[in-house]
Amino acid sequence: MEPAEIIPHSGGVIGASWLMIALPLLGAAILLLGGRRTNAWGHYLGVLMSLGSFVVAVLAFLQLAGGRYSIRLFDFIPGIADISLLVDPLSISFCLLITGVGSLIHIYSIGYMSHDPDRRRFFAYLNLFVAAMLLLVLSSNYVGLFIGWEGVGLASYLLIGFWQFKPTAAAAAKKAFIVNRVGDFGLLVGIFLMWTTFGSLAFGDISGKVGEASQGTLTAIGLLLLLGACGKSAQLPLQSWLLDAMEGPTPVSALIHAATMVTAGVYLVVRSGFIFEGAPTAQLVVTIVGVATLLAGAIIGCAKDDIKKGLAGSTMSQIGYMMLGAGLGPAGYAFAIGHLITHGFFKANMFLGAGSVMHGMNDEVNMRKYGGLFSVMKVTAVTFIIGYLAIIGFPLLSGYFTKDGIIETAMHHNQILGWLAVAGAGLTGFYMSRMVFMTFFGKRRWDSEAHPHESPAVMTVPLIILSIGSIFLGGYLVLSNRLMLFLAPAVGRPEELPVFHWNSVAGLATLALVAVGAVLAWFKYGKAEVPEVAPRGSFVTVFARRDLYGDALNEALLMRPGQWLTRIAVFFDNRGIDGLVNGLAATIGGSSGRLRRLQTGFARTYALSILFGAAVLAGALLLVGNL
Amino acid sequence: MTTEYLVLSALLFAIGALGVLIRRNAIVVFMCVELMLNACNLAFVTFARMHGNLDGQIIAFFVMVVAAAEVVIGLAIIVTIFRTRRSASVDDANLLKY
Amino acid sequence: MGETITFWVLAVVSVGAALGMIFSRKAVYSALLLGGVMLCLAVLYAVQEAPFLAAVQIIVYTGAIMMLFLFVLMLVGVDSADSLVETLRGQRVWAGLAGIGFAVLVILAIGNALFVPEPAGLAAATEQAGGNVQALARLVFTRYVFAFEVTSALLITAALGAMVLAHRERLEPKATQKDMARARFAEGDPSPLPAPGTYARNNAIDMPALLPDGSVSELSVNRHIARYDVERGHLPDDPKLAEALKHAVEEEPVTERSHRHEQASSQETDSQAEVTK
Repeated sequence: MEPAEIIPHSGGVIGASWLMIALPLLGAAILLLGGRRTNAWGHYLGVLMSLGSFVVAVLAFLQLAGGRYSIRLFDFIPGIADISLLVDPLSISFCLLITGVGSLIHIYSIGYMSHDPDRRRFFAYLNLFVAAMLLLVLSSNYVGLFIGWEGVGLASYLLIGFWQFKPTAAAAAKKAFIVNRVGDFGLLVGIFLMWTTFGSLAFGDISGKVGEASQGTLTAIGLLLLLGACGKSAQLPLQSWLLDAMEGPTPVSALIHAATMVTAGVYLVVRSGFIFEGAPTAQLVVTIVGVATLLAGAIIGCAKDDIKKGLAGSTMSQIGYMMLGAGLGPAGYAFAIGHLITHGFFKANMFLGAGSVMHGMNDEVNMRKYGGLFSVMKVTAVTFIIGYLAIIGFPLLSGYFTKDGIIETAMHHNQILGWLAVAGAGLTGFYMSRMVFMTFFGKRRWDSEAHPHESPAVMTVPLIILSIGSIFLGGYLVLSNRLMLFLAPAVGRPEELPVFHWNSVAGLATLALVAVGAVLAWFKYGKAEVPEVAPRGSFVTVFARRDLYGDALNEALLMRPGQWLTRIAVFFDNRGIDGLVNGLAATIGGSSGRLRRLQTGFARTYALSILFGAAVLAGALLLVGNL
Repeated sequence: MTTEYLVLSALLFAIGALGVLIRRNAIVVFMCVELMLNACNLAFVTFARMHGNLDGQIIAFFVMVVAAAEVVIGLAIIVTIFRTRRSASVDDANLLKY
Repeated sequence: MGETITFWVLAVVSVGAALGMIFSRKAVYSALLLGGVMLCLAVLYAVQEAPFLAAVQIIVYTGAIMMLFLFVLMLVGVDSADSLVETLRGQRVWAGLAGIGFAVLVILAIGNALFVPEPAGLAAATEQAGGNVQALARLVFTRYVFAFEVTSALLITAALGAMVLAHRERLEPKATQKDMARARFAEGDPSPLPAPGTYARNNAIDMPALLPDGSVSELSVNRHIARYDVERGHLPDDPKLAEALKHAVEEEPVTERSHRHEQASSQETDSQAEVTK
């Protein structure tokens, strides 16, 4: 089934959907421009603006009823692009996720950041992020999308480096920014290519004209868009920044680097489905990238002792699943988006849980210093374990339905991809279980000054709400294909609706592998003693611990040649260009210094030269007269 | 006959120029300049006679007027310099140099 | 024939006077020799049918301008003879070369020029107006009237400029006799300078005085008189006095007293000098 027509619309709640963007933007402006005057109430304003956006999103969702509406706001680049919003099932799904989870994380942050002197600035950046992210998903053309895309990149940079006094945080922010530039470059070139090919940048126009473009052009556009998606979503080969991005405050990791921003790549691929469906090669590359990343993320997650980095590896892996789904065409879109939404819930849930644990453990992130925390922080532990069960795909919880959907679809599409995805699920079972056992069970390995305690209600209530979503959302979205039918007007759907089988081969294999992984983790980290200092481990462990040598690879392939190039350029500049210029200047300066001596200050010397001149002139006249 | 006048004029001019170059006393230098002006005047008067045209004499007349004005100002400058530096030597006023 | 004789006489005289002017050590001689050159030129003008210019030459140049030169020479110091030792290396040689070369080249040019063998003469030009002066006046007030009027502006500007340049601004009230007396007492030695010859065997003004304690007072002799004596060897027999005279000549009078006297006379000059600094 093809996507529905886009209808221009104004008025009503949908016509006012620009408020979704405007409210948090206003909040950010007030908080940033107001400065210290807003310190006292700044965080409440931030929460209020985010909640206001959520309310608008809910009302728009209720009014939408499967339509696709465009709302034109103003001309941006006359003749090329205007700023207009596209409210359709796909964008409204994202809006609900962003504003909903975003609001919960805002509330949580009131408690988490209560001791930070810069809390107001933190909320300003969070609001800025929400506004940019909403612009990204709501825009009806690639120009608006790109503005939002850069906006979230900026917010991400600001928030990763929020604690600038930590050199590691500043470096991580720079790294994220630079790696994202590579992806943004790809996206930008892709947009240029679309402009030259189709003469328009609006989603509706391009999807209508896809047939006019050649296969090669579509593949090129698709690969360039994929490059952009890889940068934003930390997919191979641009994955290296996400693990370092955990230097930011934990709510940031939860909101930006788990639930929303990193999924922008998936959104881009799904939104540009019309391109990818015309370019099977690009689609294949998307699935390959997805599978490679889901395995790489899972392997990294197995070896990390830092709880946030472990979760970051897991995020990479789960986005790999979404990418895989997004590369499978209309059959996979709904599962990809579904997994994206459920992942938004359970991963935010676990990140916030990790933040709650750190809050109680003096900001300790090393899981080898945890252990036995279940008894002291019951709410955190229970919600975290719900998230854990959801992510490993425990039957009937959210992840079970959405991840299984992706695996099943992949299996239909390509057996190899499918089985690799199953293997990834097994790894997920292992590393998530390891995390839970190391943190909440086993012997207490706390530092002497650690006094773990449960976090305040402002932090636990969002956890509870998110864990409820983690339990039920997946089933609600996938059973009877609710999400697929809802999204169909925007992205289309397969002719034959998938039917959920609990006893499919892939599903059972997945469950079995997850169980094996969990049991292995239990034997290694639950039952056995966990050493407080990480053992050296086999070369596989070291390989995973070093992020699969991604940084080393980047360094060897890009940084060192770059440095050499710079050195050559600097050398050339110093010796060649500067040498030439300075040499010229020195020559002129030196000769001027010598010529200067002619100015003796004696009027008679000058008069002598004048008389000589007069004599020479007289001689010249004489010669000319004789000729 | 007029050629001799012109030669005399050239000789006097060259002598004046030589004086400007070799004397250090500003007043004497100034006198040498006057000598050069007079040499020019002689040439003008000679030309007037040679061509039967009074314009040469007129120009000599104007040269005299300008010379008078110039002498007044020049001597005032010399007096002022002498007053501050206690010297009328043109070589002593050599601060404007490299 | 008469003109030829006149020309050659005056030419020889004027070139000689000009050379004398540039080679004489004393500026006053230079000025007088320049006057001689100008007079010669005035006669040559008269010979060349320019009686008006001859008169103006004598009145303006020899009369006014030369007088001005002499005034300034007196102001600057007439007695000092200039040293003719060249201080700039090579200046004299090169100046000579350039001067002679220039003269030779110009004379060659004059020799080369194709002149009419006999000058046209000014009879035709002056006849109509009724004389040289009338003819010049006609030209000055007709064809050259603008230049003539501009000349008046030039002369006024020159007069004003000379006044401005020579004017000395008084920066502090003029010292009255009272002020000077107060200053003298403030220095602690209010008595006048010792008179020459007093208390001595001799009362000539070039003889230093003996102070009551028998020592010789260098202050009592005018420095210029002492110099005169020293230069001509008119020294007293007494070696003590002769020594004092030589001493007075060699050393600048730096005692407070003489300094003060000099200062009183040149106070305005100094204030002007400070301004210039």
